[in-house]
Amino acid sequence: MIKNPYFRERIAFTLLFIATAIVVLPVICILFFIVKEGWHAISWEFLSQMPRKGMREGGIFPAIVGTLYLVFGTLVFALPLGILSAIYLSEYAKDNFLTRMVKLAIINLAGVPSVVYGLFGLGIFVVFLKFGSSLLAGSMTLAIMVLPIIITTTREALDSVPQSFRQVSYSLGVSKWDTIRHVVLPHALPGILTGMILAVSRAAGETAPILFTVAAFYLPRLPKSIFDQAMALPYHLYVISTQVPNIKLEVRYGTALVLLMIVLSLNLIAIIVRAHFRKKRKW
Amino acid sequence: MQKSFSQKRLQEWIIERCIYMSGIASIIFVCLIFLFLAKEGFSLFKNISIFDFLLGQKWYPISTPPFFGILSLIVGSLYVTLGATVIAVPIGIASAVYISEVAPPRVREILKSGIEVLAAIPSVVLGFIGMMTLVPWVKNTFHLSTGLTAFSGALMLGFMAMPTIVSIAEDALNAVPKRYKEAALALGATRWQSIWRVILPAASSGIVAAVMLGIGRVIGETMAVMMITGNAARIPDNIFQPVRTLTATVAAEMGETVRGSDHYYSLFAIGIVLFIITFCINLIADFAVHRKAK
Repeated sequence: MIKNPYFRERIAFTLLFIATAIVVLPVICILFFIVKEGWHAISWEFLSQMPRKGMREGGIFPAIVGTLYLVFGTLVFALPLGILSAIYLSEYAKDNFLTRMVKLAIINLAGVPSVVYGLFGLGIFVVFLKFGSSLLAGSMTLAIMVLPIIITTTREALDSVPQSFRQVSYSLGVSKWDTIRHVVLPHALPGILTGMILAVSRAAGETAPILFTVAAFYLPRLPKSIFDQAMALPYHLYVISTQVPNIKLEVRYGTALVLLMIVLSLNLIAIIVRAHFRKKRKW
Repeated sequence: MQKSFSQKRLQEWIIERCIYMSGIASIIFVCLIFLFLAKEGFSLFKNISIFDFLLGQKWYPISTPPFFGILSLIVGSLYVTLGATVIAVPIGIASAVYISEVAPPRVREILKSGIEVLAAIPSVVLGFIGMMTLVPWVKNTFHLSTGLTAFSGALMLGFMAMPTIVSIAEDALNAVPKRYKEAALALGATRWQSIWRVILPAASSGIVAAVMLGIGRVIGETMAVMMITGNAARIPDNIFQPVRTLTATVAAEMGETVRGSDHYYSLFAIGIVLFIITFCINLIADFAVHRKAK
């Protein structure tokens, strides 16, 4: 039995450090590995051409475009709803049972498995509302999935605006909504932007919710309307790594690299925006 | 031209109605999700009893006669989840303690961004990497006929649950008032003693929430698990055999079902099971957090 408390502390801290290394080192390895293996596949042709010969040749252009459309559609639905919902919670909601339920509902929405969102989207948008498997159905499904992210980040941003700003505005006779619009929202904008970017990166990377609501297995053309099916990068990666035999490894790693680059660069932008405005903040 | 006062009042009234509506939208969505899962899922129980569904061991949805017993899938999910929890909880909490209490500020920022990157990697990419690296490694190390096992899934999911556990546990540790630690140090405790005896107990309910949400993440994970656990729908003898989870079953089979068939309804019924499980987990986590608030 080791009695010396300082020696024990050394042992404990070393173990803690090893645990942290076990979490963080594989992340670096994974990034390095994908970049190393996927680097050769990336070319202008790979990014800008239609897939050919059952996806074994050609590029991933329709998958990239499909993902961009999906992300844009998701924002169109989720952003207004999420921001208004956060305004409600932060500015209007009283501390009562209803508010408690709203908060619980948001926590639950964040915890619902992504494949259950897929089932829900299939049930309500594809079948019940008869949108069919389409960009519209996929975007709305993803929008409900990212809603908790937008609400939580926006709410934090609104809550961080000092109460005195509002009081000054009220004391000048400005109404509640005008105060929110002209005083609170401008100061909360960076936080809202961060939430938006994180939502985009989540929507771009998810596969399970789009499996039955929008994703096309192989569709070498671009979607023409919001009622069209579309290819999407994460689903494409799933398909070419499990469903289609004899694909060059390079193509798989290349697709993984493109998806990873899109998602990580979005996250990086979010981090930079956050850091930049934290520094500039004067209160 | 200046808008008249009443016009402005009307505009403001409309906007505020919109805000109230959006505010309760989350509740509506949760209800809608349950409603639509139930609408399709409960159709199954016209033909099959709920006990046969939950406790039946055979999952042969397209044979004649079909069997819709999800016990093997529940056990599959349980194996993977337990394995992942055993791996992720101690390591995750230890990293959270290191990041929030031990690491110097600069190192802390680097480690935190490492964890944020991990949280951002899409699960399909992690599944793909798992297929390429982890699966062959498991196969060779343990001399198995296939590396697509519950063990590989548990390793990968344990890894994927880290960001959730670490970030929430870290928040809980940071929320412990500084004076607790200072009091312990002033009494002559070492830093480790103050962490072990004072800070960890004080943050315990937040850490429980972190663990619960991590488990919720693992149960709900779909793509990575489908790609690396082998998807064999039978009850495994040990953790080194292929299993199939609830989530992977839904994702893999929905594309091949006929709308309105029992198979189609049964996948929605699995959705209900998943929804109820994650709902309970989130409730427990929420209670843990609110106990701390008092």
